[in-house]
Amino acid sequence: MKLNQIVFPLALALAATLATTGCKHQPMKVTPIPGSQAAPVGDNGGGGNTLPGAGTLPPDNGAGMNTTPGGGNTAALDTFEGMVKDPAALAANTIHFAFDSAAIKKSEDANLSTVAQALAGNANDKLLIEGNCDERGTEEYNRALGERRALAAREALAKLGVSPDRIRTISYGKDKPADPGHDESAWAKNRRDDFILLHPKTGV
Amino acid sequence: MKKIILAVLTIGLAAVAPMGARAQEINIQSEINVMGQTKPIPISLSGFTGEGAEVLKFDLTVQGFSFVTPDAAQYLVSGSDAGGITGSLTDKFAKRVLLSRSYNGASLRRQAHAFADDIVLAVTGKKGIGQTKIAFKSQPSGYGAGEIYVADFDGANAQRITTDNAIVAKPAWVPGRLALYYTSYALDNPDIFYHSLTTGQRRKIAAYSGLNTSAAVSPDGAKIAMVLSKSGSANIWVCNADGTNLKQLTYGVQDSSPCWSPDGEWICFATEKSGSRRLAKIPAGGGTVQYLKTVGAPNPTEPDWSPDGKWIAFTSQMGDFNICVAPADGSAPPTLLVGGQNPSWAPNSRTLVFNRSMGYRQVLSVLDVFTKQYKDCVRATGSSSQPAWAK
Repeated sequence: MKLNQIVFPLALALAATLATTGCKHQPMKVTPIPGSQAAPVGDNGGGGNTLPGAGTLPPDNGAGMNTTPGGGNTAALDTFEGMVKDPAALAANTIHFAFDSAAIKKSEDANLSTVAQALAGNANDKLLIEGNCDERGTEEYNRALGERRALAAREALAKLGVSPDRIRTISYGKDKPADPGHDESAWAKNRRDDFILLHPKTGV
Repeated sequence: MKKIILAVLTIGLAAVAPMGARAQEINIQSEINVMGQTKPIPISLSGFTGEGAEVLKFDLTVQGFSFVTPDAAQYLVSGSDAGGITGSLTDKFAKRVLLSRSYNGASLRRQAHAFADDIVLAVTGKKGIGQTKIAFKSQPSGYGAGEIYVADFDGANAQRITTDNAIVAKPAWVPGRLALYYTSYALDNPDIFYHSLTTGQRRKIAAYSGLNTSAAVSPDGAKIAMVLSKSGSANIWVCNADGTNLKQLTYGVQDSSPCWSPDGEWICFATEKSGSRRLAKIPAGGGTVQYLKTVGAPNPTEPDWSPDGKWIAFTSQMGDFNICVAPADGSAPPTLLVGGQNPSWAPNSRTLVFNRSMGYRQVLSVLDVFTKQYKDCVRATGSSSQPAWAK
């Protein structure tokens, strides 16, 4: 390194000297650029032009999956594995929210009762609650807000006797609008929880 | 003769010692870094055409230079991009040639980025950002399924990383490595994946029931902060780089967007206090939440801590979204810079990449926070957002 520190400035100095003494059209320092795909940062040597694509996804690897839930925890994801989605069953019972709010309105009581009854009548069925937002929040804020809306409905259903173990939540943030418009009418439709009934995979 | 040698040595040292005292001697205007109000360094460009000129203008504009006529310039850049980049940099006031080089290999763009980096180093003593990369998400429409991409920091040479055809979100680089963490709904749940860009292999890191999103990698690469809802609300959790050793850090009603302080001691995040949205920080090992002062910038979200530790950039929502920057120590109120969301710092702690609305889509843009100059990245089709600058 020491040698570099001495030689490099000298080379530059020479270049500068020549440049200032009439050789302006003949720059002396040539900087080679290795490869066309440089490493973005630090170490890696870069390599070819194309980054390798994603490998196929194994069904379940990775560390620390599905630890034992407890308290107000969400139900373990694997207990919903293979269940069949029935989006039509409770499509009429979507509940809606005020702007930037996860508070469940009194006017949604009837919808929540219908959802609770559907689950009470089919002991093997479970529920997926999809929380959604309008487009006016930032992306990750809305992803959290959508989850909060789904969890708020889970809590309300628990008060109506539905075990939280039968409920799975998913937030789509602002990624799944019911109405892709950009006005209050569309936004009001998009601030919502959709209820998807889940049937056991045997279909019984 | 002595005079000549002395001058030569000064130039040599100034050109190669990025942080050295002598380099700072030629650092005239960039010392005055008033957020949003610093006067750009006047520079002129001659002899370059097409792509070479375009790259030099982009790179230097977003690092605090403005392009003026040679009469009005302090620094003169001249050269050619015929058959490769050749160029020189002259300090008109000091009457010195600071650089004179030609570049070969790779592409003309890369050569021009390298020349821009050399100009930035010679004038400011700081390392340029011309050859750095960003990751981002791109969606064909403004919502729904998309993919993760990696590109040059100016948006050129974009390469798709995922093939999920699913909602994806919030790519985050592992510092100093060609590897990302990001969120994908590929398995019908928002899960966090680790993805090596050298091998293409990826692994689930967090796939708990509910939300798994917003991974942020600690400066040493050993820890991941993220948002999980497994405890019944969206909160900040921390785990090891491989997903093990999971620990809940915050207990707010709705926490989002964690980022690390560059010393790894703190995690800054968006939260709620008494019904109003706030930014807060918490010791990375757990402890007491401290709320940040962001007076005048309502509804703050999406904080990002600058690599030099001095600043926190974030998004403020006041009808529209605005990029704001505040001193991390709270010593001054935030400065509102430009309309946009999702700010991510460059390694130089003065440039940000962010996304801004163009119609109903998002485009990536690069901003110099000191001069408020910004330029839109090379346009990708569709809507691009959540950029993350490789550091």
